[in-house]
Amino acid sequence: MFMPKKLVIVLFVFATMPSNAQEGAGLGTPISQQNLAPWDISIQPNGDGLPPGSGSVEAGEAVYMQKCIACHGVEGSGGPYDQLVGGQGTLEQLQQVRTVGSFWPYASTIFDYIRRAMPFENPQSLTNDEVYALTAYLLFENGIIDEDDVMNSETLPEVEMPNEEGFILAYPTDKSMEEMNEI
Amino acid sequence: MTQFKDNDSDLQQVAGNGLLHRRLFLGRGAAMLGGLGLFSASASAQQGPLQIPQWMLEPGAHMSGYGQRSQYEEGVQRIVGGAPGVSGSGVSFTPLQNLHGTITPNSLHFERHHSGVPNINPEEHRLLIHGLVSRPLVFSMDDLMRYPTVTRIQFLECSGNSFNNMLPEAQQAPVGVLHGLMSCSEWTGVPLSILMDEAGVEPEGDWVLAEGADAAAMSRSIPMEKIMDDAIIALYQNGERLRPENGYPMRLFLPGWEGNMAVKWLRRLKVNRDPTMTRDETSHYTDVLLDGRARMFTYPMAVKSVITSPSTGLNLNSGPGIYEITGLAWSGAGRIRRVEVSADGGASWAEAAISGPALDKSFTRFRMAWRWNGGPATLKSRAIDETGAVQPTRDELVSIHGERSNYHNNSIQTWHVAENSGEVSNVYA
Repeated sequence: MFMPKKLVIVLFVFATMPSNAQEGAGLGTPISQQNLAPWDISIQPNGDGLPPGSGSVEAGEAVYMQKCIACHGVEGSGGPYDQLVGGQGTLEQLQQVRTVGSFWPYASTIFDYIRRAMPFENPQSLTNDEVYALTAYLLFENGIIDEDDVMNSETLPEVEMPNEEGFILAYPTDKSMEEMNEI
Repeated sequence: MTQFKDNDSDLQQVAGNGLLHRRLFLGRGAAMLGGLGLFSASASAQQGPLQIPQWMLEPGAHMSGYGQRSQYEEGVQRIVGGAPGVSGSGVSFTPLQNLHGTITPNSLHFERHHSGVPNINPEEHRLLIHGLVSRPLVFSMDDLMRYPTVTRIQFLECSGNSFNNMLPEAQQAPVGVLHGLMSCSEWTGVPLSILMDEAGVEPEGDWVLAEGADAAAMSRSIPMEKIMDDAIIALYQNGERLRPENGYPMRLFLPGWEGNMAVKWLRRLKVNRDPTMTRDETSHYTDVLLDGRARMFTYPMAVKSVITSPSTGLNLNSGPGIYEITGLAWSGAGRIRRVEVSADGGASWAEAAISGPALDKSFTRFRMAWRWNGGPATLKSRAIDETGAVQPTRDELVSIHGERSNYHNNSIQTWHVAENSGEVSNVYA
C-alpha cells in the first residue's frame, strides 16, 4: 500500500507513545524490572514473588537455634516475644493462643514476614535458603508438614494452614458503615 | 476543670442530673454566663494588690529559629509505652487530658512503630510504583514536591485505640492512655490517583501493597478503590514537613481508615490482583469474634466519641457548681451529626454544642454545661455520624467480640464522678 513517507513516521511515533501519558505530570522515572527487583520482596498467597532456593526442617532448626530461640523460646514456645508454635484448638476458648500454627491463614506470610522483618535486630540479613528453612521448621513444629518435607517456591504455596477458613472478609462484602456498626 | 459559680436557678436543665441547655455555649450564651456572674475568680487572683512581674521590667528573649513551648508546659508529654527490651517497637499516646480544640500538635501526635523510627535522608529516599502497571516508575522527593496537592484536616486513629477498655477490669489511667492512640492534623499531600494514572494501572489491579522503609518494612494491602478515591502521599502535617516519627519524608494517608494502613516512610506501592495477606493484616489487625473466627479487612474507623474532661485525674476539685463537660467525636464514615451527653448513666441524654463546623473524618469538639450537685454522677457521650450510625455501648461490642478483640473498640466511655470528692474514675457501666 502506498503511503507518503512523512505520514508513516508520524503514525509510528503515535503508536509507541504510552496510551494515557497525558494523565500525569510525567515526573516519574521509568525503571526496569531488573533494577526494581531488590525492593520487590513481597510474596502473594499463591506463591507469586517466591525466589529460587529451598530449605529443610533440619536446616531451619539450626538457624532457629542460632538466631531465633532467644526471643521466641524452645521450639517456638514463646520467650520474651511471640509464641510461634501450638495453640491449635484454643481459638474458641476465652484464652486464645494465637500462633503461626493456630491463627495464621497463609504459609506465604511466614516467608514474607521473616524475610522482611526478622531477625528483629538484623532484618533482611537471612539468605533465601535460610528463610525457606525457617518456614519449614515452623510449619513442622506446628504439625503442618512432615519432618522430611522441603520448602521451596513449588511446595510452599501448596501448604494449607489449619485456620485458613477462620477469617471473614469485611471488605468488600460488608464494607458499609451501617454494617460495620451492626456487627 | 473550668468551673462556673452556680447562683442562677433559672438555667434550663435539659437532661437528668444537671445537664444544661447547650445555648449556654452558643452565641451569646457564654456572655450570659458572664453577665450572671457565674464565672468564679480563682483564689490566687484575689490575694492583695497586683504586683508588677519581673518579666515586664526587662526585655524578653530574642527571636528564635524554631519555637519552643513555655518551660511551664514541659510536663505535657506523650505517654510512652513499648515492648520491654526492644528498641522502637510499641506505642506512645497523645495526652488528650492536656489538650483542647481539635488539632494535635505534631510533637504530641501518637506513635505506633513496628521496628523503630528510621532516620531517612530525603535525597536518597525513593517511592516505587510497580506491579500491574504499564510503566513502573520511581519518584524522588523533588519529583513529588512538584505535583499538585490537597489539604484536609482529618483524624488518624490506631485500630488498637481504646484497647485498655477491653481489659476485664476498668483501668484507672488518664484519658490519653485510654484513648490516645488517635490524633488529628491538617494533612497536605499528593493525590495518589495522579501517580497511579501516570503509572497506568492494569484492569486487574484491584489491590496495592504499601510498604514502609522502616526496619520492619511494615506493609499492608490497600484496595485500589480507596487509593483512587481519596488516598494521598502525605508530605506536610500541620503546615510543616512530617516528623520522623510520623513517616518523614512521606507517608500514605487514607482518610477515615485504621491507622496501621497509613504506612509511614512509604517506599513502595505494588499493584496486585489480590491482597498480599501480610503479617499485619492477618495475624494482627484482625478482629476476633466470640466463635473464634476473626474479621479481616475491617478498614473504616467507626463513629466514636470520648469525654476528655472531666476524666481520670481531671477531678471536680472545686465542689458543686457549674462545669463544662467537653470531648471529641469523630467518624471514619464522614461528619459528626450529633453528640449526646448523659450525666445519669444513660437514663437521659441531651445534645451537646458542637464547636465550629463538623469536618469530614475529623475531630469535632463538643461541649456541655453541667451543674454538678455534689452527688454521684455517671457521665457518657454518644456520637451519631452523618450516615446515622450510633456509637455502641461496651456491652454491645462485648456481645459480639467478647473481651478478646483489641481492635476497633468504638464503644462509649463512662466516667464515674464520686459523691462529694468529685474524683473521676473509669467504669464499665
